Formats: sequence, structure tokens, C-alpha cells
Amino acid sequence: MTGFATSIGDRARWRWLELVFWLAALACAFLFPSRLLLFNEIAILALFALSLDLILGYAGIVSLGHAAFYGLGAYTAGLLAKHGFGDPLLGLAAAGSVAALVGLATSFLVLRGSDLTKLMVTLGIALMLFELANRLDWLTGGADGLQGVAMGPVLGQFEFDLWGRTAFFYSLSVLFVLFYLARRLVNSPFGLSLRAVKGNALRAQAVGTPNAARLVAIYAVAAGYAGVAGALTAQTTQFVSLEVFDFHRSADVLLVLVIGGAGYLYGGLFGAIVFRFMQDWLAAITPQYWQFWVGLMLVTLVLVGHERLSRGILRAVASATGRFKR
Amino acid sequence: MVTILFDGVAYGMLLFVLACGLSVTLGLMNFVNLAHGSFAMAGGYVAATLSTRLGWSFFWCLPAAFLAAAVIGVALERLLYRRLYRRSHLDQVLFTIGITFMAVSAVEWSIGPQQQSVAIPAMLKGRVELFGGSIGVYRLFIIAICAAVMLALQAVLTYTRFGSQLRAAVDDARVARGLGVNVDLVFALTFAVGSGLAGLGGALGAEILGMDPGFPVKFMIYFLIVVTVGGTSGLIGAFLAALLLGIADVAGKYYIPEVGAFIIYAVMVAVLILRPNGLLARGGR
Repeated sequence: MTGFATSIGDRARWRWLELVFWLAALACAFLFPSRLLLFNEIAILALFALSLDLILGYAGIVSLGHAAFYGLGAYTAGLLAKHGFGDPLLGLAAAGSVAALVGLATSFLVLRGSDLTKLMVTLGIALMLFELANRLDWLTGGADGLQGVAMGPVLGQFEFDLWGRTAFFYSLSVLFVLFYLARRLVNSPFGLSLRAVKGNALRAQAVGTPNAARLVAIYAVAAGYAGVAGALTAQTTQFVSLEVFDFHRSADVLLVLVIGGAGYLYGGLFGAIVFRFMQDWLAAITPQYWQFWVGLMLVTLVLVGHERLSRGILRAVASATGRFKR
Repeated sequence: MVTILFDGVAYGMLLFVLACGLSVTLGLMNFVNLAHGSFAMAGGYVAATLSTRLGWSFFWCLPAAFLAAAVIGVALERLLYRRLYRRSHLDQVLFTIGITFMAVSAVEWSIGPQQQSVAIPAMLKGRVELFGGSIGVYRLFIIAICAAVMLALQAVLTYTRFGSQLRAAVDDARVARGLGVNVDLVFALTFAVGSGLAGLGGALGAEILGMDPGFPVKFMIYFLIVVTVGGTSGLIGAFLAALLLGIADVAGKYYIPEVGAFIIYAVMVAVLILRPNGLLARGGR
């Protein structure tokens, strides 16, 4: 029993390198004050990828429609702010809850059938929400997007500014808090049981894990995370367009996670950094056609084997942190 | 009413020809090919280029579109896809999304983002009065071709040696190999025909569905609906699903335009929940 407890404790202990990572993220704001808008986008994308990692990396649920929750969060926060409830934290809480509730409701549809059925149902749900947002134009502004989102200051103190200063610190803090919670979650007995379900559902059931309940819970949590990511986008850009439900968004976040590697939480964060800088760089060279390179990257990643890649990176990180610990 | 029904049938038939290749790769070979629409796009662009720039007759453009898409399909299959048959669905999805993105950008870069049109001969234009409704001749033409394709496919699958080899290879590739079936060849041929039919569908449908670089992504979901709703057991299921989808979509857009595509997605999700293996599921599996 003590051995088990220490092994959980070991997993959960913060490593040197992680602190360095977060401090570096914070330092970026002071080193490159002109790129804050970009950093803000990275932080949001990282949160979105983190939410996908929770279901894909830890529970093995494949999704082609994760943008559904992102979009729900974005519209919830945007609509609240438009109708006079401009407090950002209130918006975040509302967006996260709405997305988590819808996640809970749809989890019963998603968590059945094969991988293929899951892919189709998640895709179908995202498309349905897209159509819904498109048709309810009196509410969402339809194809013109939701305009007139007026945000109040964060915590009543910090107004959103033009250079994304407040936006970046706000998004980074939210990302850090939610990351911390996710880290606690996946290293808890609950998180371990999820891994067991992913590893071998039959055996997990045989040792008494309530498989379905576990998957439903993590799906709802991940949906809530995605909702918060969407809300952050709506609040920091003060605009929501139909594009939040787009298929490209679900595909992009998958790519982000695949670049970074699934199943160790930092994958989404690294992936977001690499992806966004790459996008920025490619878009500067070939403005319209950067999608081609995204596609090429996906193809190579799969052919080389992303599991092999991410395992290699993991091993490198592990050995590096091991060296730091001594 | 008759007009709408006919338009729906033509649309559904078109969807069937476009999607039947996918129904074979996904349903029989268990390979998730989200890039299927790219083959259709290739066919559509070949037909458009040949008919408008080089002045080929439309009737020659159709086989050309079929051939072009089949060649591209078989090349991709031999070079890339076959490595992924045994990989997870997630890998296949990522890979084929990548291919789709590349195809879309490549077409946009080389030809441009504008809509392409196929020059249709005068004899296929116009409308005829039939059963008290006015029906486009071109739609009749589509229905005829698609019905012929459907019958031919079904006959090949059921009655020929190749058909039984394919079914054997799908059921158990190892045993089929042991019995002397050249499984690689069978799969490659199947893939070629499937891609070719997508190309044919793209060429036929350019006029009705619209052909621009966004085509593979826009219609990907329709193909997937046809296949998943139709089930994986064979072509009849996919055919019924395509007809249903075509009629529902045309009628829905005509009678209740404000709901739009919503109904289709809802129907798909509902069918998948009630019958995860499709409408005409084969038991077991």
C-alpha cells in the first residue's frame, strides 16, 4: 500500500523542468512585448489541445468534433458579454459549465460503438452545432459573426488593452490553473483508473473499474476545458464567428496534439507552440497555402509514427529531468 | 413534387457513385479514407479542364475522369495507403486529412479558387415533361449512368471470380492468401475502381454539386453519412442510404430551407446510435 502511495506521489511531484517551462512562458511576456497577441493565441490553443489530450491521451476516446465544445464556450461567453454580463470570470465559468453539460449529455451518444462510430458521431455533433449557430442568426449573428461583445475588466481591475497584455496574462493564468487541476486529476486514482480503461477495458472492468462512468466523467471534464478555451478566445478577441465550429478547428487541434504527443499533458502545450509558430512562419511565406504544409506534416507524422516520435521526446525529457533531480 | 423527387433521386444516385468507392474501402477493407473526396475532385477538374480548355466532348471526359482518378488512386494506394491498412483508425484519419489538406491547397495554388464548370453538350440540356413534372434531361442522364454503374458493380461483386476473391480477401486476408488469392492485387484493383468511380462522380456532379477546391471537405461528411448509415455489409445498403440522403436533402432544402442541413446530421447521429453498424447490418461482427 505504501509502495502504491509513493508511486502516485512520485508521478505527481513537480519536476524542475516544469517550473522552468512555466517561468519561461511568463518571461516571454516581458521579453517580446510586441508578440503578446500571438502568445495569447498559443495559450488558448494549448488549453484546447490539453482538453483533447484528456480524452485522447488518457482515455483513448477519438474525436473529430472537439470544436463543438470550443464553439459552445465561445458563443456562451460572447453572448453573456453582449447582453451585459461582461465579467470575464463569470463568462469563463458559464462557458465551461455549458460545454461540460453538453459534453455530459452527448457522452452517452459518443461512448458507444467502435472508433469509427465515435469519429462520425463527434463530427456529426460538431456539424449540427455549426448549422444551428448558422441558422439562429437572430441570436448568434449567423455568418456575420457575433458582434458587440463588450468585456469588463478582469477581476474588476485590468482592462483588456490593444496589445494583448491583459489578454495574455489572463489566458496564461487560466491555462496554468486548469493545467494544474488536470495534472492533479490524471495523477489521482481516478486518472490511473482511466489509463487502465484505455489500456485494457476488459481487464479494468474485471478489477472493478466502472468503465462507462469513468469515460463519461472525463469526457464532460474535457468538454468543459474546451469550452473555457473557446470562452477565452471570445473574450480576448471580443468577437465570435461561425468558424469556431469549423471542421478545420477540430482537425487542427488533433494535429497540435499529435505534434506534441498525447498522454503526458505537456504535449498539447508544446504542440501549440510549434504549430502556431509554424503557421505564422508558413503564412508569411505562402499566405494562402500554408494548409498544404499542415497536410504534409500530418502525412509525415503518421508515416514516421507519432507514437515513436513522442515516446522519443518523452524519454529525452525524462532523462533530462532525471539529471536535474540528482 | 415529381420534380423534387426526381432531383432527389438524381442527387442520391450521384452521391452513391461518389461514395461507393469509400463504402468498399471503409466498409469492406476497414480503412478510413477521408481523402476520398479528393479523388472526386480530381475527376471533376480533369473533366472541366478537358471539356472547356481542350474542347473534348463531354462523353469522352467521363472515362477520362474515371481513368485519371483511378490512376491517382492506385498510385497513392501502392505508395502510401497500403502501409496504413493495419494502423489504428486515428492514424488513418490523420493521414487522410493530411492528404485532403494537401490536395485542396495544391488545386487552389495550381488552378485557383474559382468554381469550375464542365461543358455539357446541348443534347443533355433542357427539360422534359414526365409524370406531370418537369425534369432536367441531364438529371435523367445521371440517373441512367448511375443505375448502370450500380448494377454492374453488384454483378461483379456477386457473380464474378474477382468479386468472390475480394469478399474472401476482406473476410480473412491470411486465409485468402493461403488459397492463392493475390490479396495485394485485389485490394489495389478495388481501390483503383473505387477512386475511379469517385472521379466519374466528380465529373458528372460538377454541374450539380459545384466543383471548387473546397469540394473534398464540403462533401466528405456526405460520403461518410452514406457509408456509415448504409452499413458496411455491401453496396445495397450504401445505395439505399444515398437515395434516402439525396431525397431528404433536396426535399428538406425545398420545403423547410430554414432548417438546412441540420436534419441530415441529426438523422445520421440517430441512425448511428440506434444501429451502430448501419441500416442493413450483418449480424455478428
